[in-house]
Amino acid sequence: MKKLLMGNEAIAYGAVEAGVRVATAYPGTPSSEVFAALAAMAKENGIYAEWSINEKAALEVAAGAAYAGARAMVTMKQVGLNVAADPLMTLAYIGVKGGLVLVVADDPGPHSSQNEQDTRKFAQLAKLPVLDPAAPQEAKDMTVAAFDISEELGLPVILRPTTRTCHVCQDVELGEQKNTPEPPGFAKDSRWVIFPSLAFKRHRWLNKQQEAARNILESLPFNSSEYAEGDVGVVACGVAYNYVKEALGILGVEVSVLKIGTPYPLPEKLALKFLQRHRQVLVVEEQEPVVEDQLINLTWSNGLPLKLSGKRGGYIPREGELDVDKVLSALAKFIGTELPRKQENEVLPPMPLRTPVLCAGCPHRASFYAFKQAAGNDAIFTGDIGCYTLGNMPPLNAMDTCLCMGASITIASGLYRVEPERKIAAFLGDSTFFHTGIAGLVNAVHNKANITVVILDNRSTAMTGHQPHPGLEWTATGEPTNGLDITKIVKACGVEMVRVVDPYDLETAKQAAGEALDFNGPAVVIMRRECAALTRKRQALRQVDLETCVGCGMCIDELGCPAIIKQDGLPVITNTCTGCGVCSQICPTGAIREVR
Amino acid sequence: MNLNIVITGVGGQGNVLASRILAQAAVEAGYKVRTSEAIGMAQREGMVMSHVRMGECLYGAVIPDGKADVLLGFELAETIRGLPKLNKKGVVIANKSCVIPVSAALGISSYQRDKLTRYLQDHVNNLHLFDATALAAQAGTVKATNIVLLGALAALNLLPYTCADLLNVVLESVPSKFKDVNKRAFELGYRAMEV
Repeated sequence: MKKLLMGNEAIAYGAVEAGVRVATAYPGTPSSEVFAALAAMAKENGIYAEWSINEKAALEVAAGAAYAGARAMVTMKQVGLNVAADPLMTLAYIGVKGGLVLVVADDPGPHSSQNEQDTRKFAQLAKLPVLDPAAPQEAKDMTVAAFDISEELGLPVILRPTTRTCHVCQDVELGEQKNTPEPPGFAKDSRWVIFPSLAFKRHRWLNKQQEAARNILESLPFNSSEYAEGDVGVVACGVAYNYVKEALGILGVEVSVLKIGTPYPLPEKLALKFLQRHRQVLVVEEQEPVVEDQLINLTWSNGLPLKLSGKRGGYIPREGELDVDKVLSALAKFIGTELPRKQENEVLPPMPLRTPVLCAGCPHRASFYAFKQAAGNDAIFTGDIGCYTLGNMPPLNAMDTCLCMGASITIASGLYRVEPERKIAAFLGDSTFFHTGIAGLVNAVHNKANITVVILDNRSTAMTGHQPHPGLEWTATGEPTNGLDITKIVKACGVEMVRVVDPYDLETAKQAAGEALDFNGPAVVIMRRECAALTRKRQALRQVDLETCVGCGMCIDELGCPAIIKQDGLPVITNTCTGCGVCSQICPTGAIREVR
Repeated sequence: MNLNIVITGVGGQGNVLASRILAQAAVEAGYKVRTSEAIGMAQREGMVMSHVRMGECLYGAVIPDGKADVLLGFELAETIRGLPKLNKKGVVIANKSCVIPVSAALGISSYQRDKLTRYLQDHVNNLHLFDATALAAQAGTVKATNIVLLGALAALNLLPYTCADLLNVVLESVPSKFKDVNKRAFELGYRAMEV
């Protein structure tokens, strides 16, 4: 029977089927479950799997394994590839021996990301083949094929699923696990040492490989064409293929469709044949016009009498995610047919606003509150990537900047250069500290930036699904390891003022915050308290004694905890309370007490 | 047969589990399946919408506007937010219970429970509105609200598999120590549709 798998799980199964030996990753939505599924299957399949400290480390570890002839896979989200860009760009010149597949998940929308960058563009920049799956089954099949392509070309290959493949489930047919030979091991050779002279030679080789790659991709089943009568054709790439097929069904029209599963290098023979048979072609793809621009090149260099539209021409939106409804409008406009009458929806009544917020009992809420109390409203709070980015929501409003992983400390350092008198605190999580925070801290100490760094140490990489990090005592596969002590690292970086506090203890936390902000020189406060979603043993839950409560609203207006709702103007604590006790500590009349 | 089900609710209500259970039962009945779920930042008390599609010919996982046959609402306001997805002849099975967002306590927006309830009653022909959270509590835990609603859906004979098939998948999908409470929840949901 077929197995119901999420796209990310299907990719993991594909990697096992292809005989992957080494898997590395840094978590990031929508990619995280690929590695999580792989790590769960690692032991029984003899796979080494690690959560690496960041994407650069992850890619380099995987590349090392591929140098030694092993099949290796590395997974990350689209912005993670920016961190891994340095090794990637030169690895394309050096090449690999064992198959190396990068799974880089894109997030058009974006649903859970800070930008909508298109990894297919990155693949073009690095001159590496990229595969774009439309559904979990194809993602699984492409993963298996990607290892073969990588070894045939001696190049890393990128698999680029988007959110609607990563987080979509399908009934997936699995294949037989391949018997891959033992890796031959690392053979010493000058080819592994990049020098300017070698770079020039390898650049020529890499350029030649583009045509070899195109020929291989041309023959794969992921690209296909379906011809119909008439001179109108539609080209669709990745998940957009689903929307095109469904929209054409709704419109009840038959036009030729060219499905592109390998957007770079483009299968030109197949594409040229398709273009030659039509006079009007619409290109439907998410994010950047990657396929469209290559088709424009092809049309121009072959002098085809063709009207080619897509993003250019204004038919397909350039931002956000596509769906059937958007593609339906674009197709109807392009073909010149009537849109089916949409059912009219009534105007909805006034709806409550519901945005993601920090969980009930989240220790970050207490950390932000303590710092706000100690620092006042003029202080600048720079932020970072993690659950705690939600600290910018009202009523905390405790995050003034957020750019990318690790930027909290460095942005704070830059602000300090312009406003040395202003209080500045940089907030980042424990996993983010290991990812790219340490380098920023060393930079701040060396250059004497008088800032306060707050490490929100909740003993987890929480936002992406509670993955471990180097501060914890276990690895991705559950092996015990030595947890690194963040306090010692901070001290070794040269920070002279370090405090470790429990944010649930508001008074102590406030005091530590005040001392750190007043300290002359870089100071670090480590707010240590396990993520509330992980804590099994709950503390005593709280309730409001309505006799004592004066209805001042402080508990609601200052904290914004989702466990506290308002009924008839008074606070009521609901059953999502975790018993963190922070509200009890700020209640001026002592009305919030433990439930007996 | 092609069936489109939209599930709406709030992060943490077991939306993903419910859509996986519906999909798994469809796979076992020999149908093709697609689901799409909100995973990531939306989990933190945000609005979540799952799409479940089963049938013979499927492409994407996301259900277009007006094409859902069933809307399964885990939370009152979120059910209304899902209505644009529903086909005019579609069926709504919804929880009367509310999850009040922080924004309402803060006064940034309001949660008008009575107005929302009336809106649903006035605008949906095929509405099954009941307190699934209360039934889940009766079964043993409010966390089984999702299973109560699956039981109710199973009672309406809309699915391409039997009620027993669905219950089997429910019981396979939950940890063994929670089997009894989930079985009770499923049955309470089922019976809520009989009256």
